[in-house]
This record gives sequence, C-alpha cells and structure tokens, in this order.
Amino acid sequence: MALSRSNWRSMAEAIAIPIGAILVAMVLFGIFCAFYGKNPFAIYASIYKSAFSNWRAFQGSLLRAAPLMLTALCTALPARLGLMIIGNEGALVMGALGAITAGLLLSYGSVLPPPEQVQNLLGVPPVVVMLAMALAGMAAGGIWIGIAGALRHYRAVNETISSLLMNYIAIALLNHLVEGPMKDPASLNKPSTFPLPEIYKLGNIPSTRIHYGLIFGLILCIVAYFLIQHTTFGFAARTAGGNVKAARVAGLPVGKLTVTICFLAGACAGLAGMVEVAAVQGQANASIVAGYGYAGILVAFVARYNPLAAILVSILLGGIVASGGALQRTFGMPDATVLLFQGLVFIVVLYSESLYGRFPIFKDKPPEPAPPNPLHSSPCISLGVAEKQDKLKRTSKHPAPFSSPDSATPKFEV
Amino acid sequence: MSTRKYLYIPRRQVIRGLLATAAFGATSKLWTGCASTPSDTQAGAGGEASPVSDKPLVMGFIYVGAKDDYGWNQAQAMGAAEVAKLSGVKIVEQASVPETKEVQEVMRNMIEQDGATILFPTSFGYFDPHILQVAKDYPEVQFFHAGTLWKEGLPDNIGSYFALVDEGQFIAGRVAAMTSKTGKLGFVAAKPINPVLRNINPFILGARSVKPDIKMQVIFTGDWSLPVKEAEATNSLADQGIDVVAMHVDSPKVVIETAEKRGIYSSGFHAAQNDLAPKGYLTGTAYKWGTIFKNYVEMIQGGKTLMNGGIPHQVIGSLKEGYIELAPFGPAVSEEAKKDAEDVKAKIIDGSMMVYKGVVKDNTGNVEIPAGTAYKITDPKLTQIDWLAEGVIGKTS
Repeated sequence: MALSRSNWRSMAEAIAIPIGAILVAMVLFGIFCAFYGKNPFAIYASIYKSAFSNWRAFQGSLLRAAPLMLTALCTALPARLGLMIIGNEGALVMGALGAITAGLLLSYGSVLPPPEQVQNLLGVPPVVVMLAMALAGMAAGGIWIGIAGALRHYRAVNETISSLLMNYIAIALLNHLVEGPMKDPASLNKPSTFPLPEIYKLGNIPSTRIHYGLIFGLILCIVAYFLIQHTTFGFAARTAGGNVKAARVAGLPVGKLTVTICFLAGACAGLAGMVEVAAVQGQANASIVAGYGYAGILVAFVARYNPLAAILVSILLGGIVASGGALQRTFGMPDATVLLFQGLVFIVVLYSESLYGRFPIFKDKPPEPAPPNPLHSSPCISLGVAEKQDKLKRTSKHPAPFSSPDSATPKFEV
Repeated sequence: MSTRKYLYIPRRQVIRGLLATAAFGATSKLWTGCASTPSDTQAGAGGEASPVSDKPLVMGFIYVGAKDDYGWNQAQAMGAAEVAKLSGVKIVEQASVPETKEVQEVMRNMIEQDGATILFPTSFGYFDPHILQVAKDYPEVQFFHAGTLWKEGLPDNIGSYFALVDEGQFIAGRVAAMTSKTGKLGFVAAKPINPVLRNINPFILGARSVKPDIKMQVIFTGDWSLPVKEAEATNSLADQGIDVVAMHVDSPKVVIETAEKRGIYSSGFHAAQNDLAPKGYLTGTAYKWGTIFKNYVEMIQGGKTLMNGGIPHQVIGSLKEGYIELAPFGPAVSEEAKKDAEDVKAKIIDGSMMVYKGVVKDNTGNVEIPAGTAYKITDPKLTQIDWLAEGVIGKTS
C-alpha cells in the first residue's frame, strides 16, 4: 500500500497546521507572560515539568485527560455527519444521573434507602453493578443527544442550539433531583444523592492515581475511529456529512444515521458522567458539572473530529490544566492564566482551519499533461475489477448484472 | 480510497506514539520510584524529630473560585494573607480549583512539590470524597476544612473549623430594620439549605426584635453563583419597594452593586464590601478566618498537632471568639443604630442576649421554639432548621 505524493502532502498539512497553530498560540501566550513580567521560557519549562516530565506528573495529566476523551467524542462523532453538537455537558450530567440511579437501585433496591437498609446490600456482584451503571449512563446520555439528533432530522431544529439549551435543562434536572426527590437527608449543606457503597466504586488502575475512565476513553476513541473510518456505517455517515442530498439520492437512511450517531455520541459523554459518579464523586451532586463537557468541545475542534487525535489533544489539554497550579503557585500568575492559554490555543486552532489548502507546499503538483498507460499507472484498480469479475463468474452462472455485454463475452475469460 | 490510505499512516503513528508514551511513562516511573523514597523519609523524619525547626511552616490554601470575589473565597484568602505575615510561615495558594479529581491533584502537588504540611482546602465540597482520600495517603499532613464535618472515625489528621454567623446577622438585621424607611426587607439567597436558613432567620429575628411587624421577601436563585439571576432578583426586590437587601450567595458583589445602582441599602456577607456601595452599604457579617488560622499556627509551632491530640478536631466560634465581625458601618447608619449594634454585640458576647429564644414561629404559624426555651448557637438542634421564620415571605421548597 504505497502512498502517493498527494497523500503525503495532505497528511503533512493535517499535522503541520495544528502544530503550527499551537506554536503560534504559545508565542502569543509567551508575549502575554512577558508583559506580566515573567520569563516565558521559564513558564514553558515549568508547564512541561509539571505536566509531562515524569510519571508522577504525567499521571496528573492523564487523569485530567480521561473525561475529556469521552466528552470530545460527543462533538467529534456527529461532526463527521455534519452536525455540530455541543450538548456534551448535558449528556455527561444525564449519564451521571442514569448511572447513580442504576447503581443505587442495584445496591439497595431504592434510590433513597431507609437507614436500616443501608447495611443490607442486595448482594449483586460488583461487576454486574458497574456494568449496569455504565449501560444506564450511556443510555441516558445517548437518549439525551439522540433527542437533539431526532429534532434535527424530523423537525429541522438546529442541533447546535437545541443541544446547548438541553445542557441547561440537564443541569436544572440534576439540581432538582439532588435537592428534591433523590436528596440524601444527611447531605444538608451540599445536597447530593445517596452515596454508592464503597465496593461498587470504580477504583484506580493498580499502582497509579488514574481511574479506569482513562481506559474507557482510550478504548472508545479507538472504537469510534474504526467505526467511522473502517465500516460501511461510518462510510455512510461520512457520505451524508459530505453531502446530505447526495446521500439521500444514493438511498442512505439519513434519519437513522443521524439519530444513531447522536445516540452513540451522547453515550460516550454519558459514560464520562458514569465515571465521574463511580470513580470520583461516589454520588451525584452539583460537583458533577465541572466543565468537562465544554472542554470536550475544545478537544474535538482541535483534533479536527478525529477520534485518535482526540486522545493526544486530551492529554495535551490535561497537561495544560495540570500545569495551571504551578503557574499560580510558582509564578504567582492569576488563576485565569491557564484559561487564557486554553482560549488562545482554541482561537488560533479555529482560525487555522481557514489555512487548509492555502500553502502551495502542501498542494499536489498539477497532473501531468499526458496520462501514461492506465494499466501501468493504476494496476491495483484494474486488477481489482478483473478479479471481481472473475469471482462473480465463478460464483454465479450468469454474467454479472452490471457488466456490459462486451465484458461478459466469453472472450474475456481467455 | 484516498481517505483510507491517508489514515493508515496516522494510525500506525498514533499506536507507535502511544507505545512510546507508555514506554516513556514506564521508565520515568522507575526514576521517580527511586527518587521519591528518600525525600519521603526525609520529610517524615524532619516532621517528627524537630517540630520547631528553622524550616518555614508551609501552608497550602485552595479556593474554589477567585480570590477577589468579595465573598467566601476572598474572606478565606484575607485570612491566609494575615497568616503569611507571621514569621516562620510560608503560604502557597491556588484559586479556581473545582471540586473534582483536580482538587486531589492540587493537594498532592502542594504536599509533594511545595512541601506543604498544613492544608486548608476551603470549599465545603472538597471534604467528601477528596480530602478524605488524600488524607489517608498522607498521614503526616494536617488538613483543616471549613465546616463541621469531622466525625469520630475519620482520619486523625483532619480537622474542621467553622464560624457561626447567626449572631452577626442578628445584629445586621437590627441595623437594617432601624435604617429601612419602607419597612420592607429583601434577601437574595442561593439554596434553601440549613446554613443559608441560619443566615436568613437570624436576620429577620433581629429585624423583628426592633420592628415586630417588618416583612422580608426572600428569593432563592437556585445556585451559588448565578450573577444574572442575582441581579434580576435584586431589581425585582427594588421594584417591590424594598429598601434593604441582604444576601447569601458565593459572591455578594452583584447584589450589592445592583442595590447601589437602584439607590437602596444593602447588608453584606462573607467579607466587608464597603467599597462596592459607598452610599448604601450598611454593615454585614464578615468572617475573620485570620483569627482561626493564627491560632492554628501558634498551636502547630508549639509542637501540637491533630494527630497527637494537641489540636481539637472541631473548632467553632462566633462573635465572642472573634471568628466573625461586623463590617464597618456605612454612612447611612444612624448614630443611634450604631450604638444599639454595639450594645447588642456586648450583650450577646456576655450571654445576656440570645438569637434563638422562644417564642419563634415559622412563616406558616407553627411554633418552632416554644416560649421559655432558648438555644445556644452551637446547639445541634439548630442544624436541623429547615424552616423560614415568621415575617419571611417565601418557601423553602
């Protein structure tokens, strides 16, 4: 599978432009630091040291990256279908609610167990409970974004607006439930649901500080990549994303695709919510709304909706967040500094979208005027067709229905 | 076809990159494994052998929001700034730390990178599960948390400190009632939970102890920091003819500034906000966390710790202990009201006057504290308050 020149160039472009954009953002941030009276190089050294320099620091970056990988998929997947979903935060919250509900029901048989029942767990094995929590979280998040997708397809409601507004509905629902019907009476000052029993909590990966959310994130990003790039489903979704009218004409089930992709996207963010509940908080409360959803949008944009790139971008962003503390504690910079850096990266990367195709160095050379013998220039393709026709003839007695009479003549078999 | 080809390489590269990262991580883990052991023992030995050493006492302060929010975080940061002036103390601070894994990481970094041995994670939501988890991993480090959450059975190196605001708000309510011309007060609150109700109720009890028929409209915004809703609430209170607004939200800034713009009075909370409303600010309860922090430093420099029992696990106080104070009076407060406030303060401190003294009814007419009964503000019964006192217009649910 040799690469042609144009692939090299477009790939180089896809790598060079985001990296260039991040470098430009770093220069801009460096200028800001210089104005603030700090040495930008010392600051970058400190960012590197506190985020990537050793395993201890790197764990901190991975830990922060874990939820971002999952929430990034919530924007990245529908984007391949041409939909701009930004309801990640809402899907995460719904996932958290779904997960805690399933977890409590399976532990105690009720979301508000009476005190005498707290000691008597139902005795469901931890694996089953965690699996149920994950499924419930994914279902809840998936349905949430699935609604936005369905509204888009069947009612032509703008999915960006509807998913954004649904964030507020989800957060309001969370607040209502933890302060009302699902409130643990013992949580007076910080209204929360009943806590999960210790044995049903998702622990850390052995001998690290990182919870299993990271593994989920990595697996789902890789699965999403294969789904989009290497399956007919993904191909159909990308086709519909490229030109929805053409996709309809070609007979693709655009509605089904839209709702399914939106469901899968929401399920990823919902799983992030489940991880927050099961691995971090142990219960659902207002701390669930920590901005992971919005940060996920940023990751998806910077990764240009590529699920594999989302892994790397999440780790980069996790590292930037991890280094925010050092900026405050070592350099005495304000707490908003790290947000400023993130914002700069975001804006510059978004702007860099407009640069694709503008650099001649990344452009293909104009096609050679006289194409040489087609058999020579594209042997794979002609070989492929010939093989297929042979195969068809071997498997069925009739000539292939689409082949023209000429190609089906016995002469061809010689 | 072209996308397939184009993506074959990145996949390989990504996998290669991941492998390289993992390999790098694995190796660097070995390095730190070797490096961190000696430093751990060093810290442990130093801490036990010489409690009064030349090394400064490193204290870490963590805030959930900005340090200059005119609210809860600012009050804590002001306390931290006071402690920083003491000799032999070095503070490290980090602001805008959410109540997620992030705060656990910040605590660990402060301990391992900055050498902090005393931590003040100041937000209520940091306690469970974050402080509980980190405290288990660092039994030599002392964690002090603002609240009343420490219980027997929790790790020994955790302590709770808290200041009760009931008495301050009682006096502020009296000042508000004596300044109000319309006889209508307003209150912008975040959530109808116990600590907020114990701000609203003393305020109306104080106001009604001066003018028994005064009314107060309360608006719950639903969350701790919703600036737009807080401004709307203040405006709607002003539209109803209310002329004093009090509040219990994370940052009182918006409410006080809106009240000043509307030309009505405001009574503050958390910290002194006189400069936000030079005309209309009356007074308000301000925390003096510095007092508590300094006490801790004294005890720790004297060799006492939570672990050896030298420092109590629960420290709680109010006006008498100097844990809260009244913010400086604004220009609208009459001399008479100022004198009254000072008198009442003296009476509360010597115990001759109490905030929760029967008969106290809730705003639906039920008797909550019968005649002849009085509760000290530290009484556990008061943590059960889930009602609004008579004179408050509003509902808890």
